[in-house]
Amino acid sequence: MTTVETAVGTTKTMVLNMGPQHPSTHGVLRVLLELDGENVVSAVPDIGYLHTGIEKSCEDKTYSQAITLTDRIDYLNPLGNNLVYCLAVEKLLGLEVPKRAQYVRVMLVELQRISSHLVWLGTHAIDMGAMSVLLYCFREREEILKIFERFSGQRMMTSYIRIGGLALEPPAGWREPVKRFLEMMPARVDEYEALLTDNRIWKGRLQGVGYLSPDDLIAMSTTGPGLRAAGVAYDNRKLFPYSSYEEFDFKVPTRTESDCYARYMVRVAEIRESLKIVKQAMDKITDQGPIKADAPGIVPPDREKMKTEMEALIYHFKIFTEGFSPAPGEAFVAVESPRGELGCFVASDGSPKPLRVHFRSPSFINLQALPLMVKGQLIADTVACIGTIDIVLGEVDR
Amino acid sequence: MTQLANTGAHIVVEHLRSWNAQAISQVIEYRGETAIVVPKELLRATAQKCKEDPALLFNLLSDATCVDRYPVEPRFELNYQLVSISRRDRIRLRTSVSVQHPVVDSLEPVWPGANWLEREIFDLFGIQFTGHTDLRRILLPDGFEGFPLRRDFPTEGKR
Repeated sequence: MTTVETAVGTTKTMVLNMGPQHPSTHGVLRVLLELDGENVVSAVPDIGYLHTGIEKSCEDKTYSQAITLTDRIDYLNPLGNNLVYCLAVEKLLGLEVPKRAQYVRVMLVELQRISSHLVWLGTHAIDMGAMSVLLYCFREREEILKIFERFSGQRMMTSYIRIGGLALEPPAGWREPVKRFLEMMPARVDEYEALLTDNRIWKGRLQGVGYLSPDDLIAMSTTGPGLRAAGVAYDNRKLFPYSSYEEFDFKVPTRTESDCYARYMVRVAEIRESLKIVKQAMDKITDQGPIKADAPGIVPPDREKMKTEMEALIYHFKIFTEGFSPAPGEAFVAVESPRGELGCFVASDGSPKPLRVHFRSPSFINLQALPLMVKGQLIADTVACIGTIDIVLGEVDR
Repeated sequence: MTQLANTGAHIVVEHLRSWNAQAISQVIEYRGETAIVVPKELLRATAQKCKEDPALLFNLLSDATCVDRYPVEPRFELNYQLVSISRRDRIRLRTSVSVQHPVVDSLEPVWPGANWLEREIFDLFGIQFTGHTDLRRILLPDGFEGFPLRRDFPTEGKR
């Protein structure tokens, strides 16, 4: 196991084991803290407790089967994971997805971003001693999960985004709950802000804590709200648009303080921006139109066709027994997940199973900056820093 | 997006060629992405150039990963995804590593963020990175035998 070697033989510092079962580590993260009194001299994160070998498992499944595994990487952002994996495979195949499906994808992924930020806000507030915020956040998140359930039949492990489009036609009457959510949410975000933004304890715990310069953050490959809170407007949706994001009007919120408070402000602003995108996407989605690419042999045929047409039946059988084989090559796609740049690298050797699937998971890489962030700070600030990095341990360990 | 990446890639390739003709052994264009294959010995120097040259400015190392082409030799392909935030450009650096001598220069001196990415490759593929400050297993326990993401390692695990 990991040890802090510098601690051996000295009398001044002590080593404190934090985690892996510690409520403020949001899962099974272990951090070895070397302490001088209350001050952190060094921190060594120890991860891997949740390693399930998802990347290896993907190599043993057909391209379509692997989608269900992607849900389980970042369990607060399953649709985002579905999306990045499907975009990578679609790129590998050179597949064009119908606009209607792209807009549905954007709408759901933005709802997912809101729900992920809500979980972050609630749990982070608990870490800082504000109990009630979590209850409010989960109340609103519930509404989003109900929308997902309508669409996919699942609240969390949706697997709704598929290679070439979507799993199912959007359900009848889907606009109603989305519209209700959009009407309700801005006032609710105001409520959270009323509880926290000018709260003296909240500010006292977060302002000036966990500062890292933009150069340090880029050097450590940090992305997402952490980097944007340092004034770098790096957002894949703007810089390298995918799924028609270039057609949407939204801002990339940034701050310059680069402390835990700035990261909070950025995430709250992102919730508001996401609401705008959801609204626009909802208006763009037409009631009629294809939700799957026209690619026989890759995209499963409609049930109706499968039961009436011989050719469709053959394709259906082949897709679900043998799968499809993209030409040899590699593709890398990066999207903006709630936590930062979520990348997916897929390599094909021309067989129906991927040669390699790799996820560039933002939690894993952002966590790397933790030792720099907490150095010289108090133990209590370590909790604030872990919180504002916003890690999901399933994604850290994969 | 595709066009932007393409024009950017040509500048990068030409710029690197004029700096050192040996630095690029192959350029692979596929689906709008550009991968520059670099000889193993020149990997760190090329990476340094990509990061620091004012015409390239690939300041962010987005990702590093390995592909095992077993049984083809050299079987390991290391892929580094670089991003230039100011120029809005992406490029992939690639180098090949053989199983007999699975050692390559670490890019940690260039991008400190390569630390965990290379530890992960070391952990799962067994590739050594010279110049890495903290090369330990990261996801698997210290006593684990073998490198599970190699293609000759069974998915169900060794029994």
